[in-house]
Amino acid sequence: MENIIIQVCKYIDIAIIMVYTINALAMLWRKKDDDLKWNYRSQNMLLLLFHATSYFAIVIYKREIEYLIFYGAQVIYFIIYMIMYSKVHKKCYKPLLSNMMLLLSIGFVILARLSLDKALRQFVFVCVASIVTLIVPIFVRKLKAAKTWAGTCGVIGLLLLIVVLGSSKVYGANLSIGIGPFSFQPSEFVKISYVLMVAVLLRNRKDFKRVFFATGIAAVHVLVLVISTDLGGALIYFLTYLCMLYVATGQVGYVYSGLTLGSIAAWVAYLLFSHVKVRVEAWIDPWSIIDNKGLQIAQSLFAIGTGGWFGSGLYKGMPQTIPVVTKDYTFSAISEEMGGIVAVCMVIICICCFVKFMQISMSINVKFYRLIGVGMACLYSIQLFLVVGGVTKFIPSTGVTLPFVSYGGSSIFSAFILFGIMQGLYIMRQNEDERIEQRKEMEQKRELERRKKAAEIEKRAREGSSKARTQRI
Amino acid sequence: MKREQEKEAQKQERKEYRKKNKELYQIMYVFLGLFLCMFGYFVYFVSVDSKNIINNPYNARIKNMSKDILRGDIVARNGEKLATTQVNDDNSETRVYPYGSVFAHPIGYSTKGTTELEKFSNMYLLHSGVSIKEKLINQLWNKKNQGDTVVTTLDLGLQMFAYNLLGSQKGAIIAMEPDTGKILAMASTPSYDPNTLNQDWESIISDTSGNASLLNRASQGLYPPGSTFKILTILEYIREHPDTYKEFSYTCTGTLQIGEYRLDCHEGHAHGTVDVKSSLALSCNGALATMGLDIDPEKFNDLLEEFGYNEELPIDIEYKKSQFDKIVTSEWDIMQYAIGQGKTLQTPIHNAMITASVANGGVMMKPYFIEKIINADGEVVETVTPKAYKTVMTPEESELLTEYMTAVVSEGSGSLAGSEYAVVAGKTGSAEYNSNKDKHAWFTGFVPAEDPEIVFTILIENGSSGGQVAAPMMKQLVDYYYEHVR
Repeated sequence: MENIIIQVCKYIDIAIIMVYTINALAMLWRKKDDDLKWNYRSQNMLLLLFHATSYFAIVIYKREIEYLIFYGAQVIYFIIYMIMYSKVHKKCYKPLLSNMMLLLSIGFVILARLSLDKALRQFVFVCVASIVTLIVPIFVRKLKAAKTWAGTCGVIGLLLLIVVLGSSKVYGANLSIGIGPFSFQPSEFVKISYVLMVAVLLRNRKDFKRVFFATGIAAVHVLVLVISTDLGGALIYFLTYLCMLYVATGQVGYVYSGLTLGSIAAWVAYLLFSHVKVRVEAWIDPWSIIDNKGLQIAQSLFAIGTGGWFGSGLYKGMPQTIPVVTKDYTFSAISEEMGGIVAVCMVIICICCFVKFMQISMSINVKFYRLIGVGMACLYSIQLFLVVGGVTKFIPSTGVTLPFVSYGGSSIFSAFILFGIMQGLYIMRQNEDERIEQRKEMEQKRELERRKKAAEIEKRAREGSSKARTQRI
Repeated sequence: MKREQEKEAQKQERKEYRKKNKELYQIMYVFLGLFLCMFGYFVYFVSVDSKNIINNPYNARIKNMSKDILRGDIVARNGEKLATTQVNDDNSETRVYPYGSVFAHPIGYSTKGTTELEKFSNMYLLHSGVSIKEKLINQLWNKKNQGDTVVTTLDLGLQMFAYNLLGSQKGAIIAMEPDTGKILAMASTPSYDPNTLNQDWESIISDTSGNASLLNRASQGLYPPGSTFKILTILEYIREHPDTYKEFSYTCTGTLQIGEYRLDCHEGHAHGTVDVKSSLALSCNGALATMGLDIDPEKFNDLLEEFGYNEELPIDIEYKKSQFDKIVTSEWDIMQYAIGQGKTLQTPIHNAMITASVANGGVMMKPYFIEKIINADGEVVETVTPKAYKTVMTPEESELLTEYMTAVVSEGSGSLAGSEYAVVAGKTGSAEYNSNKDKHAWFTGFVPAEDPEIVFTILIENGSSGGQVAAPMMKQLVDYYYEHVR
C-alpha cells in the first residue's frame, strides 16, 4: 500500500512541476509585469502542493511525527517569508521569489529523505539567511561605485581565500574555515564581493592599462583557488570575469585571448596538479577506476540511469550509495528518486532565473549596475552548468553545489545574497521607470494645461472679436 | 497612419535595445546553447546509454530491484525453461536449472554472483513488463511482479546432443547460423550443475586437475588453432598473389627442411605434389609453411586484426581475446604461425565466427544468444535483430575458400565429416600444445556448402587428431541437424 502511495505521489509531483515549469517559462515572455499577479498566485499554490505531496510520501513511509512537524514548520516559513518579502519589497519581481521557494522545497524534500539531521540544519540556515538577507535589495540601491570599499573588499576576499588555502582539508579540497561547530566556505561569499569589485574597476574605464590591472587581480583569485583545489570555484571566477570584461569593453578579442590563455592554463594545471588529473581521468573512463576515483561519478550515473525518467519514488532508490550526495550530488539523488523529468524541470527553472537576471541587466542603463547584474547572472549559470554537467559526466566533475538545493550554509547564504542583489536591481529599475513615468505624466499634465490655457485665450480672443463685430453692426 | 508610425517607432526602439545589449544577448545565447547541449546529452543518457551502464556489479540498485521482482525465466527458442525461479512454501526463492549441467554454459548462474547469460540478461530478468493493473494488484497482495522472460536462440535438442557428444572428453561445440549470428548450441565440458553450485563450490574451486568446469571453453578457452588457421594463411597468400596462386606447387616428402629447421606433416605423411587447393585439403604443413614464407608479415598482421585477433569481439558473454604475436623475426616463427602453431591462441567461438564469415559471403555477423524478451503475459517487449559485425572478405574469396573447404571433406583430411544429407565444407586441425606433441583436435565447418545454413565448430582437448576425432563428430552433428532440428 505504502509503495502505491509513494508511486502516486511521484507522478503527481512530476505533473505539478511540469505545469510549474511551463508557467515559469511563459512568464519570461511577458512584456508587462503587471499581469503576473494571477500567475504568481498559481505558481505559489503549485509549489506548496508539490511540497505537500512529497512530504506526504515521506511521512507515509517514515510514520514519524518529527517529519510532520518539520513539514509544518517549512510551510509556515514559506508563507511568512513570501508575505514578508513582498511587504518589505513591494516592487520585487515575484516569480523569482516563487522559483527560489520551489528550489528550496525540492532541497528540503531530498535532504529530509537523505538525512533528517542535515535537513533540520539546512532549515535553520535558510531561516537565518532569509532574515539577514532581507535588507540586501535596499543595500544594493544605496550601493555607490566607490574605489575605497572595492579595494577593501578585494583585499579581504583574497586574504580569506588564502587563509583557506592554509587551513584544513575537506573532501580532498581546501574549501572551508572551521569556526567552532560551523565551517564556513569563504569562496561562496568572496565570489560576490569579487563581482562587485570587478564592476567598480571596469565601470568607466576600458583602456588597456585598467583592463590589465583588473585581469591581474582576477588571475590572482583564480590561481589561489586552483592551488586550494577548488577547481569549480576557479572556473566560475574565471569565466565570470571574462563575461564582465566583454560587457564592459565590448571587445571579442579579450574573450578569445582569455579563453586561449585559460585553456593553456588548464592544460598546465592538468600536468602539474594530481587532483586535476584525477577529475579528468574519472571523467574519461570512470569504469576502469570504479574501485576508487571513479566511484562517485559511476554511482551518480547508476543513480540517474536506474531512476530513469520517472524515478524510483522517494525511499525506493539508493542515493546514499553516492559519496557526498547531500552536497555536490543532490541532482543525482533527485533524478534517481523523483525522476529525470523533475531533475530537468528543476534545471529549466534555474535557467529561467538566469534569463530573468540577464533581462534585468539589459534594462539597466547605468554601467556599474549592469556589470553587477551580468556578473551575478554568470556566477549563477556557470555554477549551475558545472554542477549538473559534472554529475551527469557531461564535463569533468568540479565539486560545486546547486544553489538553494544542496546542503550547506555558505551555499545557502550566498544564493540568498545573489538573488537579493538581483531583486535590488530590479526594484531600482522599477523605481526609475516609475520616476520616468511620473515625469511623463507631469509633462503630459502640463501640456494639457498649457493647451487648455491656449484654447481659453483663443476662445476669449474669438469672443472678443465677435463682440467687436456685433458692436460694429 | 498614426498607428503605423507608432509601430515603426517601437520597432526602432527594440532595434536600439538589441544593439545596446548586443554583448548581453550574446552571453545569454552562449549559455543557453551550452545548457541545450547538456540537455541533449542528458536525454540521450537517460533514454539510451544508461541501459548499458547500469547493468554493472557495482550498481547495488540491481540487487535492490529483485526485492520487488521475481527474477524472470530464461527459455530455449521453443520455450523450454532453462532457468526459472521457484517460490517455495516458506516464500523463499530457488533458482532452478531444469537441464542442470547441459546448459550451465552458456546460461551461467545467478546464485553466486551472476555469469554468462544470467549476467548479460540481468536487466531484462529484473524488469517486469506486466500491466500496471497487475502491478497494483500484486502490490496490494504484497506479491512480487513476474520478471520478463528471455527467449534465447538456443535449441534444446541440439544443445543436449552436442553436450552428450562431448561426453567425458574436455572440449566445446558451437552451432551458429552464419547468416544471422544466432547461437543454436554452445556446449562446454566438463560442466557443473548450477542447481547445486553452492554445495559444490568448494570442491569446484579447489579442483586442480584441470577440469576448470566453471570455464566456458567455447568462449573463454584459448587454444592454438592448428591447421584450421590455414584458411587465413591461404587467403592472405591469394590476396598477395592474385595472378599466380593457381600455379603454386609444392612437393611434399613428409618433412620440410629449411636450414636447421625441420617441419613435419601430420604423422609424417608425404602428400606428394600439391597446389593451393589440395594443400588445404590434405592439410600439408610443408606447403603452407612455404606459402607463409612468401607473404608479407605486416600485411598478414593487418588481415588477422581485421579478422579479430588481438581485438575485442562483439560477444555478449564473458570471452577471451584471441592472441596473435606480432613480433615475428625468424623463419622458424613464420613457418610456425603459417600453420597455426607458435604463440597464436584462439577461442572456439572466434573460430566459429571466422568460419561463418566464409559461409556468409564474407560478412562476419555478431554472434547473439537472445532472440527476444517477452513479459509474463507473453507479449513481446523487445526483439533482437541480427547485426553484421564487419565484412572481412569479398564474395569471390568466400566462394573460393568454400570450394577449398569442400575439398577438405570430399577428398582430404576431413573425409570422416562427410554426411549423406548435404555437402559439408570444413577444416580439420590437430594443434600441438606442448613439447610432447600432444594435440587438440579441431573441426570447423558448415553445411550445406552451396547455401550454408549452419556452422559447427568442435574442439576436443588432447583429442590428438582433428580428422580422426573431431571430423566424425561433425558428421554426427550434421546428421542430427538434418534429422531433428531443421
